[in-house]
Amino acid sequence: MTKASAALAVLAAILIALPAFVGNYALSVATLILYFAYTGQAWNVMMGFAGQLSLGHALYVGVGGYAAGAIFYHWGIGPWAGLWVAMALCVLLGVAIGFLAFRFGISGVYFALLTIAFAEFTRIGFDHLDWIGGPGGMFLKVAQRDAWDLANFRGPPLMYYYTILFLAAAALALCALLMKSKAGYYWQAIRENEEAAQALGINTFRWKMLAVALSAAMTSVSGVFFAFYYNNLFPEQVFNISRSIEIILGPVIGGVGTLFGPVLGAVLLTVLSDGLTELLALLGWEIPGIKQVFYGIVLLAVVMFLPHGIWPPLAKKLRL
Amino acid sequence: MSFDLVVNVLIAGLLTGLVYGLMALGLSVIFGVVRVVNFAHGEMMTVAMYAATLLFAMLGLDPFVVALPVAAAFFVFGYLLQAGLINPFITRPEHSQFMLLVAVAIILVNALLMIFGPDARNVQVDYQLESFEIGKILVDKARLYAAAAAVLTAAGLFLFFNYSKTGKAIRACADNYLGAKVVGLNVKKYYALTFGLGSVCVAIAGCAMALLVDVTPPLGPAYTLLAFVIVIVGGLGSMAGALLGGVLIGVSEALAGLFITPSAKSMFSFGLLILVLLLRPQGLLGKR
Repeated sequence: MTKASAALAVLAAILIALPAFVGNYALSVATLILYFAYTGQAWNVMMGFAGQLSLGHALYVGVGGYAAGAIFYHWGIGPWAGLWVAMALCVLLGVAIGFLAFRFGISGVYFALLTIAFAEFTRIGFDHLDWIGGPGGMFLKVAQRDAWDLANFRGPPLMYYYTILFLAAAALALCALLMKSKAGYYWQAIRENEEAAQALGINTFRWKMLAVALSAAMTSVSGVFFAFYYNNLFPEQVFNISRSIEIILGPVIGGVGTLFGPVLGAVLLTVLSDGLTELLALLGWEIPGIKQVFYGIVLLAVVMFLPHGIWPPLAKKLRL
Repeated sequence: MSFDLVVNVLIAGLLTGLVYGLMALGLSVIFGVVRVVNFAHGEMMTVAMYAATLLFAMLGLDPFVVALPVAAAFFVFGYLLQAGLINPFITRPEHSQFMLLVAVAIILVNALLMIFGPDARNVQVDYQLESFEIGKILVDKARLYAAAAAVLTAAGLFLFFNYSKTGKAIRACADNYLGAKVVGLNVKKYYALTFGLGSVCVAIAGCAMALLVDVTPPLGPAYTLLAFVIVIVGGLGSMAGALLGGVLIGVSEALAGLFITPSAKSMFSFGLLILVLLLRPQGLLGKR
């Protein structure tokens, strides 16, 4: 354990000092990695801990982003207030989906398809909602890149980097705590065998609802970050099923249900994606689609040969 | 808005819905037997549509003629996909299967993008603009033929599953995995066969659909979602349910396009899906 905490401390130090050594491009890549690490961690609470497969997590990113974004766009109120609205809305949505599904005994594949359906339904709904710009998108006023305007969360890339670093670290700490808490053990019991858990007296409905609510709340924060970092939101993009898949990729590649899986997965996938872009540009093979084909092949290989993700065997090898 | 227009749109929706139904039938048969949701279903459909447009452009072949060799090729592809990739995954957790098929889907759709580019392609045959007139009602010839091909294929599959020895063996594997093994059935081989048959449905549906709409790579994920909606509404694993779901979705899309706005049409499909999942999670014709 001491070895693990030492490694973690070194990693934290490197990440805090990183902006002093790298340029804007590397910083944006690091921001993206941390964004996926954080969001993957949020998804992992629901699937990795409690065993409820959500294939529609883009729903919470989108609703969270749109909620805080619209409050800023229409009334000029910064995300510190909008964040709570976003979170409340997403918890409400998650609880509604969870309530409907778990009350009616929907689980497994059916639950996964229900989450897709809600995300798609919302996507098309937002496409026809003029208040937030409809299909033309919603654009937040672009930030002054040199001034730190913390109240409105507008500022240089450095500000966003430290924010998402804090979020990713906080999510990691929260998940570490949860894993060793009563809730964590209950969730794992439900994940492994729901009937047995129920027989032991665990109120599985309530604990599953808690997992969905927590996961939705955490993911809504990703949405708020996304909205203020990229400054534009399109229903077609934020709610797209490929966004939901993107969120899931990191934890699945890294290791579902593990603490460091989502982080490792985010690093590997982002580096792979950017590395492929660079490599193909270098070779002059810039055909649309070619990058995704390679990406798909790597994905296929990892899923086939490392069924539990990369982290568990790696941790064993490193004796962490 | 005249009554005739509504009837015409209704019939067009019904006929297109039957082709949707055949596509979804493939998904339903695969899930019913193998218990794996094919997340690359729409992408496979799009590959079949490209095959039809390509063979038409190169050799001038009618998509209904092309459907036979394409179906044969898809059977082999589906068989190998199941035997090589999916069989090792049948005992793995759902998210693992999901990821595997998503990877296949990503490869397929982007390979299409690489080869054919983002531009829309289509097939142009003489009878596409012709229609049968019954009083004031017009029925597109191409749409009618496409629907007929879909119904014929579905009927063939139904006969196969109910009356042939192999079909019965496949149903035995679906009903009781262990029991089928005990009586000496090579379950994995039958799984591969099933995936091959499901792919044949997709191939024929794709060739027929190439007559009705222009094909672009992004159609793949859209059809995957559409196929999910249809099979959940109709009942995952039920053959008649897939056709019924297809017709329902086809008609509701057509009517929503007529009365509200075409861009909102799939909202109704997803709304219907959510309702069915909540009120009758096994689908309209499904059993649990």
